[in-house]
Amino acid sequence: MGLLLALITGILYSAAFYMMLRRSLVKLIIGLVLVGHASNMAIFTMGRLSKGNPPFIAEGAEVVTEPYADPVPQALILTAIVIGFGIQAFAIVLIKRVYQETRSDDLDKLQTTDDGLVRIVKAKRKKS
Amino acid sequence: MSLLLPLFIPFVAAVLCLAWWKDRRVQGWLSVVGLAAMFASALKLLFTVRAEGIQVVNAGGWDAPFGIVLAADLLSAIMLCVTALIGFTVTLYSIPAVDVKRESYGYYPLLNMLIFGVSGAFLAGDIFNLYVWFEIMLMSSFVLLALGGEKRQLEGAIMYVTINFLSSAIFLAGVGILYSLTGTLNFADLALRLGSVPETGLVTLVSMFFLVSFGIKAAIFPLFFWLPASYHTPPIAVSAIFSGLLTKVGVYALLRVFTLLFVQDIPYTSTVLMILAAITMIVGVLGAAAQWDFRRILSFSIVSQIGYMVVGIALFTPLAIAGTIFFLIHNMVVKTSLFLISGLVHHVKGSYKLRYIGGVYRDHFWLSLLFLVAALSLAGLPPFSGFWAKFILVKAGIEAGQFWLVLVVIASSLMTLYYLTKIWNEVFWTNEPEELDDPEPHTPGPGPLWLMVLPVGILVGITLAIGLNAEPIFDLAKETAEQLLGREEYINKVLGR
Repeated sequence: MGLLLALITGILYSAAFYMMLRRSLVKLIIGLVLVGHASNMAIFTMGRLSKGNPPFIAEGAEVVTEPYADPVPQALILTAIVIGFGIQAFAIVLIKRVYQETRSDDLDKLQTTDDGLVRIVKAKRKKS
Repeated sequence: MSLLLPLFIPFVAAVLCLAWWKDRRVQGWLSVVGLAAMFASALKLLFTVRAEGIQVVNAGGWDAPFGIVLAADLLSAIMLCVTALIGFTVTLYSIPAVDVKRESYGYYPLLNMLIFGVSGAFLAGDIFNLYVWFEIMLMSSFVLLALGGEKRQLEGAIMYVTINFLSSAIFLAGVGILYSLTGTLNFADLALRLGSVPETGLVTLVSMFFLVSFGIKAAIFPLFFWLPASYHTPPIAVSAIFSGLLTKVGVYALLRVFTLLFVQDIPYTSTVLMILAAITMIVGVLGAAAQWDFRRILSFSIVSQIGYMVVGIALFTPLAIAGTIFFLIHNMVVKTSLFLISGLVHHVKGSYKLRYIGGVYRDHFWLSLLFLVAALSLAGLPPFSGFWAKFILVKAGIEAGQFWLVLVVIASSLMTLYYLTKIWNEVFWTNEPEELDDPEPHTPGPGPLWLMVLPVGILVGITLAIGLNAEPIFDLAKETAEQLLGREEYINKVLGR
């Protein structure tokens, strides 16, 4: 089981990075979603998997007896899912706005943030 | 209890701002008052911590390491003070400078939430909690960056959101491995248990996860490209608060994990950090020297300054850590003031592009004076605060025998002086170029100019005060460094032993 989950985590990570490296904005978002899931799966897999051992304290005992399923990684994942969901929702709205502004889905076309040099050359030419 | 006040005040201010959604003037002044109160409470916390030692609050009454712990040591308290100061001055600057459209769509609540997240990150005593505070901070910063919806801003926001989400995912994976190694998330408990983990190689591996994640946030060498591509896109008040706070939270996190948690293989981590710091300083400075936009020069300069802070962490001696802390205090103040000055120049001359502006010295002498003090301080000329910060780092480097690193520090300081001279020449000394129309439209803020100059004056005054009176700040930094390196106090206080 652990091996299978580890493989799935690896596949998720590689799929995520592949998608993020594409030029399309929509694929970038898919990549972001996948990388979030991959991290969650990584935490889940590393949290010492245990089957059919709920973390209940047996009657008369003071602490839970080994082996038991550790609930903490799942609590972590739950928090991470909620936060990731919020960010993904924001990112989707953001790409919609970007698309409305630029009419383009191509990341390579988004270059207004570093156009300084081109304009400077023009300004210089004008000056001389 | 005094620990919780700096955390609650910005949160309450954010909520109250939302209650006065329609009245942006009330929101603005409420935030200013709130942040002034936060500054006072953070100062009080600093005095308490200095007098009585580390302050700890167990949320919900669950004892560490099971519950959520908030802990304030000297480093946290110092960072909170500077954060409140930066927040206060930037908000004061925002009132006249930020346009009505942004103010009416929740600018002030977001600003308060950002500061709430940053303060939480400084107080978190639990690594997963640190992640949550990071996300609160990032979420507010995402919206602040995109608020206004200009094309440039949206494009900058895409890069910023992507890279930060990736960094958070790496952080989470690191937390997962750390938990599976030790079975705990509490900083103090982790510090204890990591010492007895048999697989030291694995611990070093996890430390690299955190180095990459916090390195992205702090913008160290191979991971900084998002910063100069996005920091100059929002209005200058937002750039200023980002430059003053966000990357420094990354440095704080590096400082925390590499002094408290990952001290098993110091020669290895130190070497990695040292190389990264050296390249960060050089690349940042070269990038800044190549730019012709006021804000982009300053953005690259953030990167190179982060390098200096990492130098201190890498050298890992009490003096070097003290140097990093001194540098953090100095740089947060100076960098914010420089960004605000670039906003003032934009306000009076209508552009950020060096080629399109000039003659500020003749027209606005006071503005040149403010820039001169801040710039010389950044470059590290005596008697300003940057000189002492760099002096401590250089001294620590020489004592540690890392002469090449010292050489890099000094060389990049010289280069810093070069790009600041470039700004000085092009913006302040040359005549105004005739009839050059900047393609970017100029929309001056509504408010009075004196209200925009006042916060810059406060920040520059503080730089000057630190520079002329460096001894008490240095003593504080040294005390903090000793507290960080002597980890027992933190561990014992948090675990209540």
